[in-house]
Amino acid sequence: MNEATKVTPLHAWHVAHGGRMAPFAGYQMPIQYTTIVEEHEAVRNRAGLFDISHMGRLRFDGPRADQWLSRLLTRRVLDMKVGQVRYSLMCREDGGILDDVLVYCLESPGGTVYFLLVVNAGNRDKIVRWIGDHREGFEDVQFHDVTEQTAMIAVQGPLARSICKPLLPPGVQTLGNYRGCVTEHYGKPVIVSRTGYTGEDGLEWIVREEDAARIWENLLLAGREVPLQVAGLGARDTLRLEAAMPLYGHELSEEILPIEAGLDFALQIEGRQWIGRDAIVAAAAAGVRRRRIGLTLDGKRAARQDAAVLDESGKAVGVVTSGSFSPTLQKPIAMAYVDAKVADDPSAKYQVDIRGTVLAAVRTPLPFYHRVS
Amino acid sequence: MTRDPAALRYLASHEWAESPDSANGGVVAIGISSFAVEQLTDLVYLALPTVGREVQRGDEVGEVESVKAVSTIYSPVSGQIVEVNSQLADQLDHLKDDPYGKGWLVKIRMSDPKEWDGLLESGQYQAQCDQSH
Repeated sequence: MNEATKVTPLHAWHVAHGGRMAPFAGYQMPIQYTTIVEEHEAVRNRAGLFDISHMGRLRFDGPRADQWLSRLLTRRVLDMKVGQVRYSLMCREDGGILDDVLVYCLESPGGTVYFLLVVNAGNRDKIVRWIGDHREGFEDVQFHDVTEQTAMIAVQGPLARSICKPLLPPGVQTLGNYRGCVTEHYGKPVIVSRTGYTGEDGLEWIVREEDAARIWENLLLAGREVPLQVAGLGARDTLRLEAAMPLYGHELSEEILPIEAGLDFALQIEGRQWIGRDAIVAAAAAGVRRRRIGLTLDGKRAARQDAAVLDESGKAVGVVTSGSFSPTLQKPIAMAYVDAKVADDPSAKYQVDIRGTVLAAVRTPLPFYHRVS
Repeated sequence: MTRDPAALRYLASHEWAESPDSANGGVVAIGISSFAVEQLTDLVYLALPTVGREVQRGDEVGEVESVKAVSTIYSPVSGQIVEVNSQLADQLDHLKDDPYGKGWLVKIRMSDPKEWDGLLESGQYQAQCDQSH
């Protein structure tokens, strides 16, 4: 094991329970415990349990924390009320995406409002540096990287919230979608939000790192009759792909604009200034140049990241950003960026080049999978 | 018939070949090891080469794809491909459950039976697998 690789507070549990570990974003993470398909299916039909402690957790305290964040984020912050959680982007001056994040507006037990940013593990150092470089005028706001003092656990699936029910105060059961709260579990402070990265309902828990192992075991115990299935990054990827949720380093990067990624809902332009705003407005006015689309293939071979997308004449018109065999749809699916002219032509037909073999691909509206409830 | 893995020899990349002595007219079956199959999980696709093709040891002779990734299959021996297990792609369970028997991939008429000596013996191959864990 690379000595520079970190481990999460749940590492020992994963290793003791057959987790296949691999390095991801500087952490040893469980990719799977049994098979990816089993873990995926458990989340879609019952409930799965994920260790997502590798993600960065950044805390902002002080009366002007929201103003600082408002400069940094594409989405409105000043009107956030306690309990709201929003998906947002952080961009460079030229509009390129630095990261996609969740921003939480929370109230501490003492009654003060603070903000939490949950960022991608692989971008944590970059975002911390960026925030530090764009702090002028906001030196009074307290910023703490609380990643290492905390852990994060996701319970996802149609039965996820009912499994959590006996472990949390009754108020948590009424949490609406994209709402969170500071609460407690058997006397331990926890932040719980009705958020996730699987396309299913569920809760994500942020806990103190010293409580992580016990809370993990409590969740497994509470879910033992379902049964709650531990799941790794392999299933996390197939689940989020079916739900067409973008992944940094695939659908998102500093070379991609939010309007190309189809994340217009995360851009709130009117009446506010934020880093990247003007460049994005200009790019939109000039006409978007490529679009994120969905593709489905026949057969079993998946088109994966970097595979060329071709039109029916065989000309390259785009590139695949993520692809896999979809356990729910039982077909290979992919997301890709394609020239806007082609994407906007309803009669366009597509092919993909998979390691030298050209196969037909059908444009598919996103998301590939919609949960029923 | 399932072959005894201890009597096979291996490439470090997890392919096995049977001995040219045990086989008919120097035609040996090749496949991938149970270690490789266990690593793969979630098999969805298998691509095999065409019969008649000449291959050198180390050439790509197929791909096995899981939900997560694609793995290339390399030939442990040089020679001519005389048969491929064409039904296997539709019955990937055979590869999962019986990688040394029903999960054989390709049969090759070896051009140089002495290549067998250069392959890893079962014990050496196993030691390498243990180290990588």
